[in-house]
Amino acid sequence: MTDAGYDEWLDAVGDGEGYYLECPNGHGSLPPRRVCPHCGSTELDHTDLSATGTIETFTICYVGGPDFTDEEPYATAIADFGNVRLTGVVRGSDPENVTVGMPVEAGVGTNRTTDEDLLILRVR
Amino acid sequence: MTGVRVAGVGLTHFGRHPERTGRDLFGEAALTAREESGVPPEDIESINYGNFMGALAERQGHQAPLMAEMAGLQCPATRYEEACASAGVAVREAVRTVRSGEADVMLAGGCERMTNLSTADVTEGLATAADELYEIRAGMTFPGAYALMERAYFEGFGGSREDLAHIAVKNHDNALPNEYAQFHRAITVDEVLDAPMVSDPVGLLDACPVTDGASALVLVSDEYAEAEGLDAPVSITGSGQGGDNLALHDREHLAVTPATERAAAEAYDDAGCSADDVDVVEVHDCFTIAEVLAVEGLGFYENGDGVGAARRGETTATGELPVNLSGGLKAKGHPVGATGGSQIAEMTRLLRGDHPNSDYVEDATLGVTHNAGGTVASAVVHVLEVDR
Ligand SMILES: [Zn+2]
Repeated sequence: MTDAGYDEWLDAVGDGEGYYLECPNGHGSLPPRRVCPHCGSTELDHTDLSATGTIETFTICYVGGPDFTDEEPYATAIADFGNVRLTGVVRGSDPENVTVGMPVEAGVGTNRTTDEDLLILRVR
Repeated sequence: MTGVRVAGVGLTHFGRHPERTGRDLFGEAALTAREESGVPPEDIESINYGNFMGALAERQGHQAPLMAEMAGLQCPATRYEEACASAGVAVREAVRTVRSGEADVMLAGGCERMTNLSTADVTEGLATAADELYEIRAGMTFPGAYALMERAYFEGFGGSREDLAHIAVKNHDNALPNEYAQFHRAITVDEVLDAPMVSDPVGLLDACPVTDGASALVLVSDEYAEAEGLDAPVSITGSGQGGDNLALHDREHLAVTPATERAAAEAYDDAGCSADDVDVVEVHDCFTIAEVLAVEGLGFYENGDGVGAARRGETTATGELPVNLSGGLKAKGHPVGATGGSQIAEMTRLLRGDHPNSDYVEDATLGVTHNAGGTVASAVVHVLEVDR
């Protein structure tokens, strides 16, 4: 399955060249988009994603869906990257050691169950 | 604009029904509602039917005409899907249709069959209410999404898992006499805190169960009720719906639900009331933290104050504002596509005085129901009033 907009974005994050979409009003969002989801502007430019983010909230998931059975337990977090947030699986730490405020960087890993690419938040 | 009355309600028992199909469940609820209303079948002009994951759970799409058939009705039937708010929008659109004068009699409700799926499959099915690219692929589950909101709530506003446990205890107590409820078992705060973690900090007893069930309502115009001499003292006087970004990470605050605020503002305005006028409320407590987000979004509490409401006794059956006297999604059960209709059925029974918990609200004149989809990317609020 290919997802135009998303696949290119994930590849860029994997190459350390992550970006997000920014409208003239300064709202950030993630592709694919034709309009800003906050104000409706159609002028969206690529802006470099901050190299590091901060975990804002997380959960340790003990019961996942069929695509995550080989990951359990795993931590999924929402991290603040300034103008945009990312949701990803936390790697580089035991789930039990994840905390709010922990610095992370965005990257690409492999889902151990499906072998597909996965957005990860790697603990720094 | 005509008023809209609830002429009849029908519910199946909420729980595990391994031997029954969704069509059988909805047929039962629809027939009960029809019989209670006394409305002849040929007068029902169309059916608004809520369902979320029937195509996954029962390999059955195109459910609405099937459900019309099971209800013994030959009329147009349309499925409404808004995740866990599916029946809420189905009822709302029926209310709008009657008010517009396009129909005098509508059947609205919903159904979900879930317990026939494995835990992993039901987890995946429910997760489809989240953003596929950015949330499901990051391992987000339905309990996981509320766990993210719960931790964000504690970080932003305070509160504890123990505060939330009081909500679970309260809702289990409320479900005890309810014949339709999945659980008839009192629980303790310690049991909630000691239960296995599903998605930390959401434990097993913070979560609603997996449930099969159906709900149905017969809604009629004021004129029809009067002309036919129907006994229908409860009216739906306000309806509102709000939306929000689908993915949690796109919201301004991770522990505030503006979709509920928007739906409530519209519904209160529609009914000409305010949060202060509400005597009793049924809210979407799929997880204990969801009840907190709901009572704050509906304007009963400031952000940060709702988490302690059950612990302080304010939202218990004997409190000032009883919340979820049915047992809520937590203890009555949450067959997702049926829930919004079930809340209105329960509120109707509470206000009419024929609910086993009606004695707690015998002077109540105004009730509110709140049905949310996903992580509250959608919300539907209704105001119900009873003739006294
Ligand atoms: Zn914008």
